[in-house]
Amino acid sequence: MDIRVSETPFDPGAESNAFLERGKAAGAAVTFTGLVRSLPDEPILALTLDCYPELAVNQLTAIATQAMARFSLADITVIHRYGRMLPGEPIVQVMALSAHRQAAFDGAQMVMDYLKTDAPFWKKETTATGEHWVQAKPADDNAKARWEA
Amino acid sequence: MKVLYFAWLRERLNMSEEDIAFPPEVVTTGDVIAYLAARDEAGALAFERPAIFKTALDARIVPHGTPLADAKVIALLPPMTGG
Repeated sequence: MDIRVSETPFDPGAESNAFLERGKAAGAAVTFTGLVRSLPDEPILALTLDCYPELAVNQLTAIATQAMARFSLADITVIHRYGRMLPGEPIVQVMALSAHRQAAFDGAQMVMDYLKTDAPFWKKETTATGEHWVQAKPADDNAKARWEA
Repeated sequence: MKVLYFAWLRERLNMSEEDIAFPPEVVTTGDVIAYLAARDEAGALAFERPAIFKTALDARIVPHGTPLADAKVIALLPPMTGG
């Protein structure tokens, strides 16, 4: 398991290749990459993530450990950035390795769903009109809750 | 005890951390929030809805109402929006 929380940018392709190289005999790997979004009708200039790094590592480790056990994953990597980012830059990458595709999909998705509400990161958007903290979404709580049913 | 604030809570209180010698009646994480809410106007506004905050003691999230015991750091965490 590899859990990284850092201000340093990461290269999603290089990370994915390294993960596949380490686990190529396993059978199935899923990679999810979250990027800074800027849509035409709600463009942003920058995204700044506040973070409590020590707690973030603890929380991501707990979430990943849970997903590993539940879906019998062979390996999992979670990389999460904080600090200031521009549209299109990678924020987060979750990679899950398993003998079968469904477990790899489920493991990666469960980690993302938990991470959204349980890992101490806070997004602030900078737009042409100013800055604002992103509101927590009830949909994110619901996405997490379905793993607890 | 060291108290950490994050995101909009840090901005509303205008500080990222402080050291507070809590009075003996502050026993649990919930008491810390109540203490800060009663301390001044900025605290009252920031902690208007105390139930939305999660708290961590020494970088571990704990349930509401957990005794502070001998923890050295408490973090007050607004609803999280990572990913």
